[in-house]
Amino acid sequence: MDLRHLDTEPSREEREAVDAVIGEGETLATVPLREARRLRAHLLPALHALQDRVGRITEGGLGYVCRRLHVPPAEAWGVVTFYALFNVDEERPTTVAHVCDDVACRLAGAERICGELAGTLGPEGKAVKGRGWMRSPCLGLCDQAPAALLVVPGAPPTEVLWGGVDAPSVAEAVRSGTAPERGGVQPLQPREALHLLRRVGQVDPTDIDAWRRSGGGAGLRRALELGPAEVIALVGRSGLVGRGGAAFPTARKWEAVARQPARPHHLVCNADESEPGTFKDRVLMEQDPYTVVEGVAIAAFAVGSELARIYVRDEYPLARQRLQHAIDTLRQRGWLGDDVLGRGVKLDVELVRGAGAYICGEETALLNSMEGLRGEPRQKPPFPSDSGLFGQPTAINNVETLANVPLILTEGPEAWAARGVPGSAGTRLFCLAGHVRRPGVVEVGMGTTLREVIALGGGTPSGRPVRAVLLGGAAGGFVTADQLDVPLTFEDTRRIGATMGSGVVLVLDDSADIADLLRRITAFFRDESCGQCVPCRVGTVRMEEWVARRSSGGSADPALLDDLGAVLRDASICGLGQTAASAVQSAVRLGLLGGGR
Amino acid sequence: MIELEIDGQKVTVPEGTTLMEAAATLGISTPTLCWAPNLDPATACRVCVVEVEGSRVLVPACGRKAEAGMVVRTNSDRVRTSRKMVLELLGSSVDLSAAEQVKPWMASLGADPSRMGPAAPPSAAGERDAARAGHHHATDGATAATVCQPIKVDNELYVRDYGKCILCYKCVDACGEQAQASFAIAVAGRGFDARISTELDKPLTDSACVYCGNCIGVCPTGALQPVTEHELRQEGAWEPERQTQTDTICPYCGVGCTLTLHVQDDRIVKVTSPHDASVTGGHLCIKGRFGTRFVAPRGS
Amino acid sequence: MEETDVILLVGSSTREAHPIFFHHVIRGVRNGARLYVVDPRRTSTAAWADLHLPLHVGADIALANAIGYVLIEQGLVDHDFVRRATTGFDAWAASVQQYRPEDVEEVTGVPAAMVRKVAIDYGRADRGVICWTLGITEHHNAVDNVRALINLSLATGKIGRWGCGLNPLRGQNNVQGGGDMGALPNKFPGFQDVVDPVARARVRSVWGDIDRTPEKPGWHLTAMFDAMHRGDLRGLWIFGENPAQSEANSGHAIDCLKRLDHLVVQDIFLTKTAELADVVLPGTASWCESEGSVTNSERRVQRCRRAVPPPDGARDDIEILVETAKRLGVDLGIRSPHDAWEELRRVSPMHAGMSWERLEAEDGLQWPCPSEDHPGTPFLHARLWEDPVPGQRAPFAVVAWAPVAEPVDESFPLLLTTGRKLDSYNTGVQSGHLGAPLSRGEALEMGPGTAAEHGLTEGDRVRVSSRRGAVETVVRIDPHLRTGLVFMTFHHPDQVDTNLLTVDTSDPAAGTAEFKAAAVRVERLSPAPAS
Repeated sequence: MDLRHLDTEPSREEREAVDAVIGEGETLATVPLREARRLRAHLLPALHALQDRVGRITEGGLGYVCRRLHVPPAEAWGVVTFYALFNVDEERPTTVAHVCDDVACRLAGAERICGELAGTLGPEGKAVKGRGWMRSPCLGLCDQAPAALLVVPGAPPTEVLWGGVDAPSVAEAVRSGTAPERGGVQPLQPREALHLLRRVGQVDPTDIDAWRRSGGGAGLRRALELGPAEVIALVGRSGLVGRGGAAFPTARKWEAVARQPARPHHLVCNADESEPGTFKDRVLMEQDPYTVVEGVAIAAFAVGSELARIYVRDEYPLARQRLQHAIDTLRQRGWLGDDVLGRGVKLDVELVRGAGAYICGEETALLNSMEGLRGEPRQKPPFPSDSGLFGQPTAINNVETLANVPLILTEGPEAWAARGVPGSAGTRLFCLAGHVRRPGVVEVGMGTTLREVIALGGGTPSGRPVRAVLLGGAAGGFVTADQLDVPLTFEDTRRIGATMGSGVVLVLDDSADIADLLRRITAFFRDESCGQCVPCRVGTVRMEEWVARRSSGGSADPALLDDLGAVLRDASICGLGQTAASAVQSAVRLGLLGGGR
Repeated sequence: MIELEIDGQKVTVPEGTTLMEAAATLGISTPTLCWAPNLDPATACRVCVVEVEGSRVLVPACGRKAEAGMVVRTNSDRVRTSRKMVLELLGSSVDLSAAEQVKPWMASLGADPSRMGPAAPPSAAGERDAARAGHHHATDGATAATVCQPIKVDNELYVRDYGKCILCYKCVDACGEQAQASFAIAVAGRGFDARISTELDKPLTDSACVYCGNCIGVCPTGALQPVTEHELRQEGAWEPERQTQTDTICPYCGVGCTLTLHVQDDRIVKVTSPHDASVTGGHLCIKGRFGTRFVAPRGS
Repeated sequence: MEETDVILLVGSSTREAHPIFFHHVIRGVRNGARLYVVDPRRTSTAAWADLHLPLHVGADIALANAIGYVLIEQGLVDHDFVRRATTGFDAWAASVQQYRPEDVEEVTGVPAAMVRKVAIDYGRADRGVICWTLGITEHHNAVDNVRALINLSLATGKIGRWGCGLNPLRGQNNVQGGGDMGALPNKFPGFQDVVDPVARARVRSVWGDIDRTPEKPGWHLTAMFDAMHRGDLRGLWIFGENPAQSEANSGHAIDCLKRLDHLVVQDIFLTKTAELADVVLPGTASWCESEGSVTNSERRVQRCRRAVPPPDGARDDIEILVETAKRLGVDLGIRSPHDAWEELRRVSPMHAGMSWERLEAEDGLQWPCPSEDHPGTPFLHARLWEDPVPGQRAPFAVVAWAPVAEPVDESFPLLLTTGRKLDSYNTGVQSGHLGAPLSRGEALEMGPGTAAEHGLTEGDRVRVSSRRGAVETVVRIDPHLRTGLVFMTFHHPDQVDTNLLTVDTSDPAAGTAEFKAAAVRVERLSPAPAS
């Protein structure tokens, strides 16, 4: 292709960093179109290499990546500026604490921390000698709110996600370039209640032998014995549906990919857990990474993929490290590779890093992101099972969904399903946070009531009554105190106009400033909309303006909110826009903003 | 062939026909901004959404293929609400003054962009380009944010007035693989801050632009204009109703591109190409689109 | 192009010279076609290729024959087709035995492995297209160059089928139409030979007395200049051409024009040629100030239409001809372009089906179109697939490589080749008004190796001399240009008259001159400017 490239040169560090991930070598003078398409998937890793090394994507670094990978610079710029964690500004700090100010952390005083940091470290986003702080959407550490993510560039870079922060500890982390490692996790429930979480706090997540001793690997072994078709049939009998929010039957998805004549097939694990208030996948990946990889491997085997990919949000450095360690050791021991367990099956797993974009949790946006494009959702149909990654048949499953698969195979589908209720099989993880004494991930059979789940948190710390629960995250909606007896099934939650979504149970006592939460939620959607379709790109802005007017006592036309809700829900391309108004609409409907409609 | 039902009428169309095309065979016209006959559907503007029975959400008629047995409604309350809202969202955030086609749609749907509130003041030059993903200034809701900003003039052939840009992706697709394959522009940024940009917001003259003007050719809202048109508009002398359009053949190389010459007062004020011309598919090169200056206007 | 499997572009800077045709190439590539580009320079076209074959200037025949060698060696010849539809295969096959890719590497400059890869891909593909431009035809052996490529399509049966064929990409609007209309020294309209009695009879039936039309071919352009030089050609009427700047060895061309007793130039500009004229007839811009038709590279006859009035005093070309004929006592019977077209339809059978109304209504029509119910012909030579083949079978030609007319030597050590840039056109008469932001003016482009050998850097002012003349220009470095080869356009003759340098040795049959290869030397004039 006759691309016109930037002629700025990279620094030595930048060149080394890029070469380390895409290989050294002479830049080909030119490549044909099909080769450029193939190279494109290296764009995101190459950009990460630059960001990791120098804390910024400079013109020289970007130009070098474009020349090496034959990416048009304008398109690369479009990709870089799509992601919040890629920095292109001189003035932005390179050693930076991303301080969560999202729903759960707000309840834990995040605004006060940000206010204090502005005093001690300077204004948000402005570097002082390269150091500083920035606000962040939910970092998925709601059980330890308030949370922050420290990033220090280098080879290797320092990345620490830690909780229970206050302004002085954040300031100290930024100054020292270090932050405390998090300790172990203990589940809130007794061991006998746990299935998915059975190894959490019990089995060393970095020890493959410990994992094997606890029964790990039996699922994959069984899968290899059964063969792909039987695995799919078994998962089908279990009634497992996707845990990411859409609740699509997992076996149907696999079957649709497995029967495609086109090759190769792909299996993608969506570990871009970014729904505000959600942290269950992080806990699984950090505390039981081998089982996650095992589930991924079984799914890949079932759909006929030789290389599965796990797309992990970049805000989860520990989860990435643990998964990578699990993959590496499983490969060493022959559980992954060209000849899995000597059975002639080729199966491998690799990690792909996100770069700070909630939208990439949408499955087709995730695919575009993995291909080195902007993380914009695709119009469906075609569905990924027909045309997914690189236009090839692809199954995409969430972490929790896949973590269930080894259990289904070892326990049998009936036993697994029986923990739930008909129509909502198995157990489900909920992310209990907010105004509870003991926040954390809980595992309950489907059909358990919301009140029972909340009770696992030990009541509100203040002792004040629960006023409402944000159920399902920013894309979910509110449930009021009088609705807490709703059984957590797809059917029952739908009946009261709510959704389990990604399993967020954010408890709010009667002191919670719900208008403030809604302002944060609408700001979140305005920030995270990819901008592709008009309803979402502009609609999320108008939602934020509407809530701002309403919460400051201004005139906010209820009919306009209805219309915004309608166009977002009906005309947006993807689930982000389709659910962007639901929290606000439910708050208004339930009178949580005061003053009735 | 596929049989489906649109607004209560049965229609039979070949496989691969879009709902918009199928509706057109029944004389039902579908509003659209981001669709172009010579580009793949971007399905981004959502003005064309229709209701398909069994579908949870509305579907874009421009990109959705007809399926056997589909029952489609193009004029239901849901459809009208969404279309009206899309127009109000665009009308309240973008300068649609040069998008003549929008006015009758607005009128027939009763769209009233003003209910979004008074327009916020325009951004300063470069301000929108400096917006970064995941960060924006909080609003008090008193005004409605817009994309209005100063016009970008950095070359002799065309101007970029991004206050008029609805982000339909057409210019990007025409500059990219679907036609010219120069890849000089792409969408940068995210959400409401997304914009059409060269790398690092550099001027066009430092970019890969080869001035084929195919971006102008597909722009539905006048955000991209040849300098001639822009200047005439500035003078208030751009009068499309007085212009003639004549198809002829480009005087340069032997490929034989059809040029549509837009003539006002005996002067060629703009050159386009019909999208159904087999040679051009509606696309031209720099010489075809801008190389007609040697035909001197009378009296000069 | 969209539905082929292999595209071979030879001597064609398509990306810049035919940008919209290249859109079709890109679509073909998107659909999965392999693209191979043969060019001495790594052009923007070559940058799109799966393989760029960087041949030496003028080595086209050696390369084509080497491809032929591989086709035979690998058993990729379509023997059924060859037997049924062609003649002369054996002689050709024998002749290419001297062109084993490894043996001719030095001549072609193309690594044998590349030649083999292209030959095998082209030979194995279901469909394959060969396109060329002036890199093939602006040589002293232009016709042989073309025939060498034709041989490849005949050997593999990649002709006369959808997605196959041989396409000369015409460099100028209506260069095809000019030939179609009989603006050739040996043809009546519709490529009917002037010596063919049947054609003469047909033409006579329409034109009446044609006895003063010679029964032998006339002069092509290059022969005309020779005749002017000899004094055999004394008067000349030039329409819309600027030979004083566009001819190779233009100093010589100007000299010839000055020798004429009478020179009439009909043009829309007062070109350098017009400045030499005794009479200048101001014509109209045919594509926007008058009605008519042109024919593009794919033989598509297309209507051009009047959109603006011509300047005062300018007259339509047909009107000028008709009026001149009238003064000479002949009424051509033509009042409009439509009349002229109707006459053509009667003279030229391949245009007979193209009614004015059809041209008006349809997206052009591709000849041959013999009757009004005929849809036109998207590709030629389909008859070669009929069994038995009607008419003549397609002949292979034995063609031998010959070096360029003017090889480099000690006095003129660099080879100058010429071509076009995207935003410019020929001598710049039209495109000079464009004000293109891309335009950087004329320069001598050279690779880093040449620059180093000459101690030159970007921006240095140099004198470029050939045996025929000298020009002054600046150096521009093209990192991809091989050592020993330099490049110029002829878009800015008023600044730098490149054609003072070029070679006017021409192909004996076609008369095209060797614009693509002249031996030159370069001398520095001054240090590079500070900027």
